[in-house]
Amino acid sequence: MSTAHEKLAGPVDPATDAGYVEPPPRMGFFTDTSVCIGCKACEVACKEWNLVPESGYDLLGMSYDNTGALTANSWRHVAFVEQPRRTGAHEAPYAQSPTGPPVSPVTAEIGAITRADTGTKPGLPTSTEPGAAARMAGGPEFLGMPSASLPGQRGPEERGELRWLMMSDVCKHCTHAACLDVCPTGSLFRTEFGTVVVQEDICNGCGYCIPACPYGVIDQRRGDGRAWKCTLCYDRIGAGRTPACAQACPTESIQYGQLEHLRQRAAARVEQLHAAGVTEARLYGHDPDDGVGGDGAFFLLLDDPEVYGLPPDPVVTTRDLPSMWRWAGAAALAMATAAVVAFLPGPL
Amino acid sequence: MAEAHPVGFQWVMEAKARGAKLIHVDPRFTRTSAMADVYVPIRAGTDIAFLGGIVNYILENELDFREYVVAYTNAATIVSDEYRDTEELDGLFSGYDPDTASYETSSWQYRGSERDGGSHDTGTERDTAAGLRHESHGPPVGPDVMRDETLRHPRCVYQILKRHYARYTPEMVERVCGIPREKFEEVARAWTENSGRERTTALVYSVGWTQHTVGVQYIRTGAIIQLLLGNVGRPGGGIIALRGHASIQGSTDVPTLFNLLPGYLPMPHHANHDTFEKWVDSIRHPGQKGFWNNARSYAVSLLKSYWGDSATPENDFCYGHMPRMTGDHGTYQTVLNMIDGKVKGYFLLGQNPAVGSAHARAQRLGLANLDFLVVRDLFLIESATFWQNSPEIETGEIVPEECRTEVFFLPAASHVEKEGTFTQTQRLLQWREKAVEPPGDARSELWFFYHLGRILRDRLSSSRLPRDRAILELKWDYPTHGPNAEPSAEAVLREINGYEWATGRPLSSYAEMKDDGSTTGGCWIYCGVYKDGVNQAARRKPGREQNWVAGEWGWAWPADRRLLYNRASADPQGRPWSERKAYVWWDAEAGRWTGHDVPDFEPTKPPDYRPPEGASGVEALAGDDPFIMQGDGKGWLYAPAGGVDGPLPTHYEPAESPVRNPLYGQQANPARKIYDRPDNPMNPSPPHPHTEVFPYIFTIARLTEHHTAGGMSRNVRHLAELQPEMFMEVSPELARERGLSHLGWAHVVTSRSAIDAKVLVTDRVAPLRIEDRVIHQIWLPYHWGYQGLTRGGSANDLFGIVLDPNVLIQESKVGTCDVRAGRRPIGAALLEYVADYRRRAGIADNYHQRVVTTDTAESARAAGGPSPESGTAGEAGGTGGDGTGEGQG
Repeated sequence: MSTAHEKLAGPVDPATDAGYVEPPPRMGFFTDTSVCIGCKACEVACKEWNLVPESGYDLLGMSYDNTGALTANSWRHVAFVEQPRRTGAHEAPYAQSPTGPPVSPVTAEIGAITRADTGTKPGLPTSTEPGAAARMAGGPEFLGMPSASLPGQRGPEERGELRWLMMSDVCKHCTHAACLDVCPTGSLFRTEFGTVVVQEDICNGCGYCIPACPYGVIDQRRGDGRAWKCTLCYDRIGAGRTPACAQACPTESIQYGQLEHLRQRAAARVEQLHAAGVTEARLYGHDPDDGVGGDGAFFLLLDDPEVYGLPPDPVVTTRDLPSMWRWAGAAALAMATAAVVAFLPGPL
Repeated sequence: MAEAHPVGFQWVMEAKARGAKLIHVDPRFTRTSAMADVYVPIRAGTDIAFLGGIVNYILENELDFREYVVAYTNAATIVSDEYRDTEELDGLFSGYDPDTASYETSSWQYRGSERDGGSHDTGTERDTAAGLRHESHGPPVGPDVMRDETLRHPRCVYQILKRHYARYTPEMVERVCGIPREKFEEVARAWTENSGRERTTALVYSVGWTQHTVGVQYIRTGAIIQLLLGNVGRPGGGIIALRGHASIQGSTDVPTLFNLLPGYLPMPHHANHDTFEKWVDSIRHPGQKGFWNNARSYAVSLLKSYWGDSATPENDFCYGHMPRMTGDHGTYQTVLNMIDGKVKGYFLLGQNPAVGSAHARAQRLGLANLDFLVVRDLFLIESATFWQNSPEIETGEIVPEECRTEVFFLPAASHVEKEGTFTQTQRLLQWREKAVEPPGDARSELWFFYHLGRILRDRLSSSRLPRDRAILELKWDYPTHGPNAEPSAEAVLREINGYEWATGRPLSSYAEMKDDGSTTGGCWIYCGVYKDGVNQAARRKPGREQNWVAGEWGWAWPADRRLLYNRASADPQGRPWSERKAYVWWDAEAGRWTGHDVPDFEPTKPPDYRPPEGASGVEALAGDDPFIMQGDGKGWLYAPAGGVDGPLPTHYEPAESPVRNPLYGQQANPARKIYDRPDNPMNPSPPHPHTEVFPYIFTIARLTEHHTAGGMSRNVRHLAELQPEMFMEVSPELARERGLSHLGWAHVVTSRSAIDAKVLVTDRVAPLRIEDRVIHQIWLPYHWGYQGLTRGGSANDLFGIVLDPNVLIQESKVGTCDVRAGRRPIGAALLEYVADYRRRAGIADNYHQRVVTTDTAESARAAGGPSPESGTAGEAGGTGGDGTGEGQG
């Protein structure tokens, strides 16, 4: 009874699990952030191919990121993270320069509270606790407070390190996709390639999927009401083509292919980077045993996922539905029993 | 490179994946720096000090590729005893004339050639950007030169080079550029260790190097290093210019420049080239070695292409129809002429000078003073709307109701809406198909010019005026097709290639060109692109189906050679320098050159060939002279001719700098092209006082998300939203000093204008220690204007006009400025605000720019100045400046 079981957690092949008989191999993205140059060609190619509207002309002050987040109007989002920290074997860019303390924590904090109208809901929520952004950027020891001494008159140790991380984020196409589980209309569906797609002609704009996503990916377009997100270019891959973003990526940071192959390639890449001294390199979303059963779109990161704005331990929000229903059922049964018992003719 | 050429950067990433170490030198930390193993911050405008330091490192430690240097460069050549170096003259070379701020160059010549070579009038050469001519053309030198192959002679180039750069030590690099010693030495080590027999290093530069008053000398310094290390003419080596747009290489080969004709033939000058023979001889230099000896064939074939049947030997092939230069007709002189009311009409095609050219304010004021202006572009750009919404409307300097310029805006087809070729940086022509029809009235440039020419000829058809003969006799018969009568781009390519006039057979090589009018050739260096009647540029055989040189992809000029001067990839005896770097070599059995590429050498000339006594032209090149376009067949470490501002690159400060030149009394390039007019003020630099009024350095560049002046990106919503607003990048230190806050407003002020920008405070910009001071740099993108989906201040408003003397390229990569929190004043108050800065800087009324800042000018004039033998000095006309004033030294 495995073909139409629709498991809510654990390693499975999602297409088979959804009822496809002998589906094609599961397809996905491997995004290698160590070679991302932040050109945003993926964002543009995605919008062009999928006719995604603009997301507003807002200078966000979050380094070169003026998109802000994945929204209904941005299905690829390139994050830029400036931090006074070291990555790999890079040399300290400002070693021996007459520089003062780094400012990135301060600018990250300001960026975190920048308001921007993306034309979507919830769109780009501003941070309720911007101090977290500052801590993430610089570590708790730096708050970029002004100092009394003149710039250039301090020791060279003040600002030596700088790294600029870039990462193209996208819908993860989870093995266990909560958005799909909660969709009451069947608009969200699992494709034969194991990806998750919203059917725009069926979505009724109920918005249940939005809080269900553990990554905050899916979003509603204002004035339209429907939910929109990356389709992994369902129309292109069905015709044997590469998704628009991967096609446009000049450095092969975004790689498209059979998930099985991508996982092998990613493991080899991590080994290669470790050998080259980039010990921070790690994979994110590749593990079928994680809280979402592994992602169809997974990443190679150069630091903790939180640094890139990703949840460290995402869990499919519907994971506990069976046990919740079991408990609810048990409770209902218990109540029914109690009721029956209450009406039993007792010993008088 | 990742910022401005992300697609090309994929090859850098590929090299990195294979273990390459990436070093990035840039005033600010960019997307390229983010990928680099080593980032080296540098003060904008000090690259010659940095590169000169590397030359010194190579020579001091004898790390040059000695066998290559002795055989293939002019290191051994003995230079005239009259030559005196900047080391002796405090930053000037011998032959400097402070009255004209230009050089008389006979003292720079090789010993014995003082009277044959050299230019007596670099002032005229400067006005005609004569340096451009040498892109494929070795300037003249005498036929026989003295050499000391032990390199010990005190006047040999090697020793002169060594003395010239002796003071460019790591300590000096640190003082001038702000680069810590260890970092400098690491770069020098990496470069030298990866050059030699087994390894080569490629040097890639872009407009960050060209847009300086010493831009040509920047690239010369790179060339000196590459020659010393044996990295020229060999696989994996070379100097690669990343061009700023598609087909910029193409638009110098078949030029859109005032001083060049196709194939780097010079545009005739009215005084120097009054006859056809004089013009041709000025190209081929009778008696000189090398391939330019055949210039007469190239010139005749070009004129035959232009005027067809009308071009006959009897009328010098209609040479009389050719327009003549009278001086500086460069874009900046033209704009100043527009302001002065000397220009009636102006055509802008794919250019947006109201945003994209230096001193954009002057550009707009010039555009507003024409009879008519034609703008062809994809979108309604600032250069077409200046009369209604430029900043000068706000200040009252342009009044829409009174602006006299009539603007014709014509929609243009984009690159996917027309066919043709692009020529990229490797000189590779690649054919481009038309993917879609252009929308509405949009048309290709080919369509526009063909039909414009056709209509002009119709209008003039009854004219008997001699001046109209040039147009009426033009061969103007391109086949057209389709509902819009689109001319055939392939027919144009065939014309560029050239063909036999009688039979129409396309030529297969420029060697087939004749000087009797029996062949045509629109651009001799492109001859072969239509070989056998086949569009060779359209070849697209995938790389995996051919050898690694991929010779069957597109077509490269000249003669489909992928690597220029590749004879240098073999040793003097014709053997590869190493197995690893084998490219072309001499096959003794077959008696010819062979290899992976088309040899850039006479195919059967053996390595041991020595020219007979008195030979000239190609015959005079020895079998081990790889630099076949040079007058002596050698790569030039020292340039006795060709440059108008010195035979060796020398560190001069930018025209605007807050720093006194630590190396010489001469502050900035003494031969730079200046326009000393009240509407083109320059901020003061040391030793002039008041430099503290503009204490900061600013530099401008591109963002990945936008394209040049923004016409193609600020009008496209998916691009415009990625970088939606004009901003400036400042360091936290400068932000604190000036009270700037992240995402707050601030404005940048120069003596020309002030512009607003949002502030991004970032660790990617850092102050540098120069001498004993901390110097702040500001970075600005230059993409914004007052038109389009997103609008903002134009960084080019901040620059004045001061040019490299060789090629008349503006210094728009570095200037000085002030920065203040808050927005700039608006309206007339802005003019007063900037005027006040000028007053405080001491450059208000009656101020003249000072060119010479050392007291050695008279000695420099005495050393190798005009002598009785060089009696032709100054005879060439072309004052060019039109009273705009030369150096006020």
